[in-house]
Amino acid sequence: MTEAAHPRTQRTEGRPAAPAVRLAGVSKAFGARTVLDDVSFEVPTGCGFVILGRSGTGKSVTLRLIIGLLAPDRGRVFVHGEEVNRLTRAELSRVRRGVGFLFQNAALFDSISVGENVAFPLRRHTKLPDGEIRGIALRKLESVGLGREYDKMPGALSGGMRKRAALARALALDPRLLLVDEPSAGLDPITADEIDELLLNLKRDGGATLIVVTHNIASAKLLGDRLILLHEGRIVAAGTTDELARSGEPLVRAFLESQHAG
Amino acid sequence: MLDRTGAAVLSLLASVGAASVFALRAIGEAFVPPYELRETGRQLYELGLRSAPLIAVSGMAVGVVLSMHTRASLERFGAEAMIPAGLALALVRETGPLTAGLLLSGRIGAGIGAELGAMKVTEQIDALEATAVDAFRYLVVTRVIACVIAVPILTTIMNFTGMLGGFIAESAATGMSFGLYLERSFSLIDLADYVPATVKTMVFGFIIAVTSAYLGFTTESGTEGVGRASTRAVVMSSILIIVANVVLVRLIFFIFPGDAG
Repeated sequence: MTEAAHPRTQRTEGRPAAPAVRLAGVSKAFGARTVLDDVSFEVPTGCGFVILGRSGTGKSVTLRLIIGLLAPDRGRVFVHGEEVNRLTRAELSRVRRGVGFLFQNAALFDSISVGENVAFPLRRHTKLPDGEIRGIALRKLESVGLGREYDKMPGALSGGMRKRAALARALALDPRLLLVDEPSAGLDPITADEIDELLLNLKRDGGATLIVVTHNIASAKLLGDRLILLHEGRIVAAGTTDELARSGEPLVRAFLESQHAG
Repeated sequence: MLDRTGAAVLSLLASVGAASVFALRAIGEAFVPPYELRETGRQLYELGLRSAPLIAVSGMAVGVVLSMHTRASLERFGAEAMIPAGLALALVRETGPLTAGLLLSGRIGAGIGAELGAMKVTEQIDALEATAVDAFRYLVVTRVIACVIAVPILTTIMNFTGMLGGFIAESAATGMSFGLYLERSFSLIDLADYVPATVKTMVFGFIIAVTSAYLGFTTESGTEGVGRASTRAVVMSSILIIVANVVLVRLIFFIFPGDAG
């Protein structure tokens, strides 16, 4: 699977709009270990795009390539039509301001309060007065059910609360694209469902593009308009949930069946 | 055996090269806007002001001990009157800068190494970058600037508290007045003693910040790696300070030949 995984395009004034994300022939290795091998896909704007796969198959690396935390060894990565690894520092910063990233372990800044974590991107990238920034941060926290936790330190929150706070921070600048790394990892099923619901609402009501890395099929079904399955650095299957379920590819079946068993 | 030795040497050279690039980048970016003034101010408080009690207390203790040793030596020659001046010269020219540098490599070096190491392994540095913040500028350059400013100031504090400690010891031994002690302390010192030796500690501050930030930024292997980064930050910056001190003292004597006398 090396071509576009999703043919849907949007047109603006007769020209096709750039997809939210496009990877073209991307390879990435760490030392002798190849993590991604000639991977290509497109994520249309407004799409819920799910990257499935076992641990160590390059899912998180893909997200890091998209936001420019890693550079590909070969191939090109585009976000909203701009090639990430050819951008200057200032241009990359502009692109990143339009992208939210929810890290697998939340990655809240533990030296400042939960509210200040959410306010941080606003303080860095807007000239809004302090009161307004606090108001926005509070509303973002309320949207994830943490309105009362503004002044708490991240260390005082449970795993699920930390993840929700990190989601509020990722949404602080109202990004057009949200990258989500393992939203349900380490969470109990109820909290995991709550996070999934939040993400679904964001996509449905906010029109944001979601790219979600997971190995949880339930999450994938809920959030994914399109899915790809990575195995040993390559895309072995792509399509809707139903298309993947009908796939005769043994790896796809093994993955889906192991998930059902789990 | 030869392969392993060769690999170790190559690995060491690669680390030295990477650390040198890291240091040069810190110097280059310190002069390029945008300046992180707010964060630099916060680091000046955290790394500088909060180190002041350690430096002040240590300085006083060093002063007391130096004074006692100096008295024991100079008494033999009947030169007790030179104790304040000798102590002040020793403190300002060498003991103050080097002791402050080593103490701060412990407090600041361990702090920076552990903090940045923990941020690395918990993906907070990546989160900064993902939030469109230049993590190097925000975390490293601010700490380097803060250390380069704070260490000379802290060294000066150590010099003065050292002299105060010396006065306490002298006062206890001979009942010398504070006015006379101060007069004798500054009888031999001039700016040529103070300025080069204190400016030297800006290099110590740079070494502490860059070494510990580099080790923090390159931390791997989870919490175990954080502990290792913290320990190595102290050890490496202490060694580098001691070695740099030799070179810098030689340089000072070369630039200011009068100082050698």
